[in-house]
Amino acid sequence: MKFGVVVFPGSNCEADCYHVIDQVLGQEVEYVWHHRTDVSSYDCLVLPGGFSYGDYLRCGAIARFSPVMEAVGAFAHEGGLVIGICNGFQILLEAGLLPGAMLRNTSLRFICRFVNVRVENAATPWTNRAHEGQMLRIPIAHNEGNYFLDQDSLRRLEEEGRIILRYCDQQGEVSEEANPNGAAGNIAGVCNEGFNVFGLMPHPERASEEILGSTDGMVIWESVMAHHGGKR
Amino acid sequence: MTELYEELGLTGEEYRDIIRALGREPNRVELGMYSLMWSEHCSYKSSRAVLSQLPTRASYVLQGPGENAGVIDIGGGLAVAFKMESHNHPSAVEPYQGAATGIGGIVRDIFTMGARPIACLDPLRFGDPGKARTRYLLGGVVAGIAGYGNCLGIPTVAGDLYFDACYDGNPLINVMCVGLMPKEKLTKGVATGVGNAVVLMGNRTGRDGIGGASILASQEFDETSQEKRPSVQVGDPFTEKLLIEACLELLDKNLLVGLQDLGAAGLICATSETAARGNVGMKIQLDDVPLREEMEPFEIVISESQERMLAVVEPKKLPEVMGICEKWGLNAVVIGEVVEGDILEFYWRGEKVAEVPASTLANGPIYDRKAEKPSYIEQAQRLDTGNLKHPEDYGQMLMELAGSPNLCSRRWVFEQYDHMVQLNTVVYPGSDAAVLRIKGTSKALAVSCDGNSRYVYLDPYMGTQIAVAEAARNVVASGGVPMALTNCLNFGNPEKPDIFWQFKEAVRGLADAASFLELPVVSGNVSFYNESFGEAIFPTPVVGMVGLIGNLAHHRTIAFPGGGLLVVMLGETLEELGGSEYLSLLHGMVAGRPPALDLKMEKKVQATCIEGIRRGIVLSAHDCSEGGAAVALLECCCAGGMGANLEVKTDIHPLYWLFAESQSRFLVTIREEDLSAMQELASVREVPLHVLGRTGGDHLVVNDWINLGVEEMTKAREGALEALMSGGGRE
Repeated sequence: MKFGVVVFPGSNCEADCYHVIDQVLGQEVEYVWHHRTDVSSYDCLVLPGGFSYGDYLRCGAIARFSPVMEAVGAFAHEGGLVIGICNGFQILLEAGLLPGAMLRNTSLRFICRFVNVRVENAATPWTNRAHEGQMLRIPIAHNEGNYFLDQDSLRRLEEEGRIILRYCDQQGEVSEEANPNGAAGNIAGVCNEGFNVFGLMPHPERASEEILGSTDGMVIWESVMAHHGGKR
Repeated sequence: MTELYEELGLTGEEYRDIIRALGREPNRVELGMYSLMWSEHCSYKSSRAVLSQLPTRASYVLQGPGENAGVIDIGGGLAVAFKMESHNHPSAVEPYQGAATGIGGIVRDIFTMGARPIACLDPLRFGDPGKARTRYLLGGVVAGIAGYGNCLGIPTVAGDLYFDACYDGNPLINVMCVGLMPKEKLTKGVATGVGNAVVLMGNRTGRDGIGGASILASQEFDETSQEKRPSVQVGDPFTEKLLIEACLELLDKNLLVGLQDLGAAGLICATSETAARGNVGMKIQLDDVPLREEMEPFEIVISESQERMLAVVEPKKLPEVMGICEKWGLNAVVIGEVVEGDILEFYWRGEKVAEVPASTLANGPIYDRKAEKPSYIEQAQRLDTGNLKHPEDYGQMLMELAGSPNLCSRRWVFEQYDHMVQLNTVVYPGSDAAVLRIKGTSKALAVSCDGNSRYVYLDPYMGTQIAVAEAARNVVASGGVPMALTNCLNFGNPEKPDIFWQFKEAVRGLADAASFLELPVVSGNVSFYNESFGEAIFPTPVVGMVGLIGNLAHHRTIAFPGGGLLVVMLGETLEELGGSEYLSLLHGMVAGRPPALDLKMEKKVQATCIEGIRRGIVLSAHDCSEGGAAVALLECCCAGGMGANLEVKTDIHPLYWLFAESQSRFLVTIREEDLSAMQELASVREVPLHVLGRTGGDHLVVNDWINLGVEEMTKAREGALEALMSGGGRE
């Protein structure tokens, strides 16, 4: 399976994603510079975390005008697999490939820590190797992860099973105390209608090796690989 | 002109030296250059002679002091660059930007050497935690470090934080950066090759930070300090991130002759230092410097606008260099060329506006300041604990210490820092040292910083030795062999003999401890004039230590790793409370002598611990420091979520056993079957070993002295700083 890791000026998790895909998953991977306009050679595109364009205007607001984003949009519309992690998620929101917007964390502080998230829908390309209700321990690291969506759209997302991950406590309960940033409905990750585009605030690449404290992020990589293998 | 030089912070004698160097009166531009380059901050004129006693050599030192950062060889073709610096005064004036640009500066020092920055560490000192201003400064500084460092994608993995009223008017913001590189990529800030181009990269130049080095860093604070706000630069981490990537790409492709960052004293510092190191001159066209606003030539040469780099490039490689800068969206402009001789010439609108010998700028005056032992020391050292009323409930006392501002959990701080990016952080903040794996090898680095200024205040020589010993001990507890150190020496006004005595004694302590422990000092920084309204801070040397873990499997944390293990103390507890957290917190006293340190014993205890770790006998290790054995035990319990039952047999009073901050001690856990092997390791080195009891249960029980639940202790530790920051202060 061939992954493309999109690099915007200011991305800073691209090398981490590359490392995990290459060294841990043993899959083919290339960097995709933000000027590229053709991404058709990849099986899955990864929009990594970081501070694209410094996040100066609004997270992801400038990156979405990068030349590559038009290609990413076309790729996604044709059913191509796209995962946006943290800043990558914010860019997908700004580009309209996923619904909603990000507000600042309710604490108004950057938060870097391990959190628990619960898999809400295990029938997606990104979670098919997990089971519904499975708890994953994965780190977050962001200033703007307070996911916002109006009530109607939120209900629609729920009905369509597009809420993929929610922050939960040690017992798997989705509670206010377990919500690190104020996100609506404790939402940590959502999909588009076709489930081929996935955005999430937690960093699965940071939970893919035992030595770093958790391998719970692997289920996401393994799911997308299984999905791709099954399709082929 | 006489008035101007004084306004610029130069003395009459220095002005006469400038005339001697030039053979004539300097013009306005030249005077501005000298005032900056000869400021304490840039010239180290008070400290250079004293610092010359530091040990700087070892077989593995690739670069010692004098460059942008020190570099050591860690084997396998890899090298580590690291340095510590201060950004105290800017942060006191504008905490967010002051701290942010501090990160920017130290990170540039590291990638200038050709290394990719892989970690930052931030030792911080603030005033009375009950004051609203302290909270404002701490909040701003931490947000600034986070805002800048997180954006760069460099994990902030360690640091420390102390509060003391002596820092009320003058907090300390020290920053350390560590970088990793292939050995052959080591790059220096040297200009060579007549005819080579001088290229300025990065941000445009503006009026920000005009005279930062002389105005902020080389003067004390008083009621006009807030007026100095325009001298604080504004950080742009996005451009810095682009500079990191562009410069590392340029170096990777061997396109540069030399590279230097623009920090204090901006363009004049970068050009004079690179030219002086390479024994060449330069012709610089100031008209070609990209400006943000209309500026005078003297402003252009001294501006401290951030995120700028100076590169020396062979003309034939210019197109490729420009192409890479363009790819990263960076300004890059040829502003001059390397010429024969040692003269720096600056042109502006067709006229030569300055002509100075580079070496006279880069090598300023050297002073042998007067030193006199301060009168406070003898009085402060006389501690009579006989009159003190000591509490009887040790458990309650431990709880009080655990939740105190200086000892409580730093989670509120380090969770604001991205400490995981780059996927190297194996041991997170909160243990003795952070551990960073080196991908593609079985090795790891252990990094730590330390400096208890209370000890140094009471005895600068001994206190500074302790800082070195403790930083090394922290690395050892994490499984690393300490290799080399950097430091930031924060002191008051060196023109005052009592302050300069503190400085000299501290440096003597640093030199002696580093020599004895065979730790070369490869880089460092001196920050003087840390005073407000004539009151100096406690003398505060901070030591940053880098150690190597040869086999990643040997890394350790402080956490009790399981139940049923033996808890063992290596080293001896003495009847000493001088300078302790206990005295300060419960009696409001900074008095007595700092804990005794026997460097010979220190070395042996460290060797015992590291050997125990290497053989797989020692499963966790924690050094005993502030708060004594009791606080260390509590931290091991909380980190592991595991209790312990200890029966301590000792002749000394429980108060001392629990709260004395005796040096050269480790708390380790071992399996019962390994006890005789551990005893053997200790006895051949004549290291005292005491079996204290076993891990297990959910309480920490020590004789009939202490019986506390792990959950209750954790609660006391974890919430304290957040509660402190959310207010309830006295102002």
